[in-house]
Amino acid sequence: MIALALPAATTEEGFVAPTIEDTHYRDILPWGDAYGVWFDPGFGKQMLMVILSVVLIAAFFLVASRRHQLVPGKVQFLGESAYGFVRNSIGKDIIGGRDFMRYVPWLFTAFFFVLVNNIFGAIPFLQLPSFSHPGSAYAIAAIFYLLWVGIGVQKHGLRYFKLAVVPSGVPWYILPIVVPIEIISNFIVRPVTHSLRLFATMLAGHLIVTLAGSAIEYMVMTGNILLQGTSVLVLLGAIAMYMLEVLIMILQAYVFTLLAAIYIEGALHADAH
Amino acid sequence: MLNAAIMAAEEGTSPLAPNWWEFLVTLAGFAVLMFIVIKYVMPAFEKTFEARTAAIEGGIAKAEAAQAEANAALEEYKQQLVDARTEANRIREEARAEGAQILADLKEKAAAESARISEQAHVQIEAERQAAVVSLRAEVGTLATDLASRIVGESLADDARSSRVIDRFLADLETSSQSAGAAK
Repeated sequence: MIALALPAATTEEGFVAPTIEDTHYRDILPWGDAYGVWFDPGFGKQMLMVILSVVLIAAFFLVASRRHQLVPGKVQFLGESAYGFVRNSIGKDIIGGRDFMRYVPWLFTAFFFVLVNNIFGAIPFLQLPSFSHPGSAYAIAAIFYLLWVGIGVQKHGLRYFKLAVVPSGVPWYILPIVVPIEIISNFIVRPVTHSLRLFATMLAGHLIVTLAGSAIEYMVMTGNILLQGTSVLVLLGAIAMYMLEVLIMILQAYVFTLLAAIYIEGALHADAH
Repeated sequence: MLNAAIMAAEEGTSPLAPNWWEFLVTLAGFAVLMFIVIKYVMPAFEKTFEARTAAIEGGIAKAEAAQAEANAALEEYKQQLVDARTEANRIREEARAEGAQILADLKEKAAAESARISEQAHVQIEAERQAAVVSLRAEVGTLATDLASRIVGESLADDARSSRVIDRFLADLETSSQSAGAAK
């Protein structure tokens, strides 16, 4: 965070790098300012995009699943493939057993919610991955944190916490070291990394593209022919980074869902671990 | 570094500080989406999957039934072929046996017929020979008597005597011819 703030301290040198603040576009509806209330429920671009993603995902899958044709059309096939991917490759393979279907809606919703919101970062004009804002990342990670802890307690009762933090087969004299590590690892680090992994990769990718964009703008505006020429290289680099970002956006949606499935499976079978 | 840290503090926002409204909107968005997924999307997809599985399994069952039927028909045809061959062999054997029987019958009949014909011929020949002998005897006797009476006159007109003489003469003739045949 300090490193990110550093370029801002060098304002005198001419180039002002974009900061975290620049990823927060000004509110579309600045209610707080208008009404002078103590809280500011500013309705920003990010929130609009979250809602847009819900509308897009719901619309696509409602259309794709509307006609139950045995031989699917293009849209139905695409929807079925997407659904089947989460259902089988993540739900069935990771959670498995008889009752994995109970958790498929969580995984399915999470995967496409995260995926579409990430992909927003690669679409011109939208150009903002929703999960580069920490609030959203915390929210979706919190949902799964509560879900898998709830599953563990429902399945094993309060004994779940003992099962989760006391590994079987460890000698008693090591337990004083292992148990605190397990508590920190399972109940603190796990949800934090679950959210921060998504948030940080999205923010980093977004910042790189923003940085490249503002750098190109600065270079072109200097009027220095050498800098203007160099801006072409920056543009090429930015395009390569953009492609990499698209890959990371898809990958992070998969990783987030996969980890959620692994956590659910761990809570379901806490006694077997 | 210190300067930067102060600046970050002055900006008032840590990159890790959430906007709680975004937090709530994300929660709400997730909830709405999940409701739609549970209520509409998943049942529809699962229904389609089940229908497809049923259709595929039904198709397989149908194909298996057709296969079984075809196998049964093939077995039946093979059985029929075997039956037909057996039947043909049986008929051929019967025909052969019958032919042999007919041939044997015909041979037997022909042999019997030839035997009968030759027997009849023998009998007829014997009868004709007897008749010839009788008629010859009578005729020769008459001729000889006529001849002798012509030669010696009417001395031999007495019938009884002449026939006795002729019989003796013929018996002598027979014995001499028989002994001549035996000597031959």
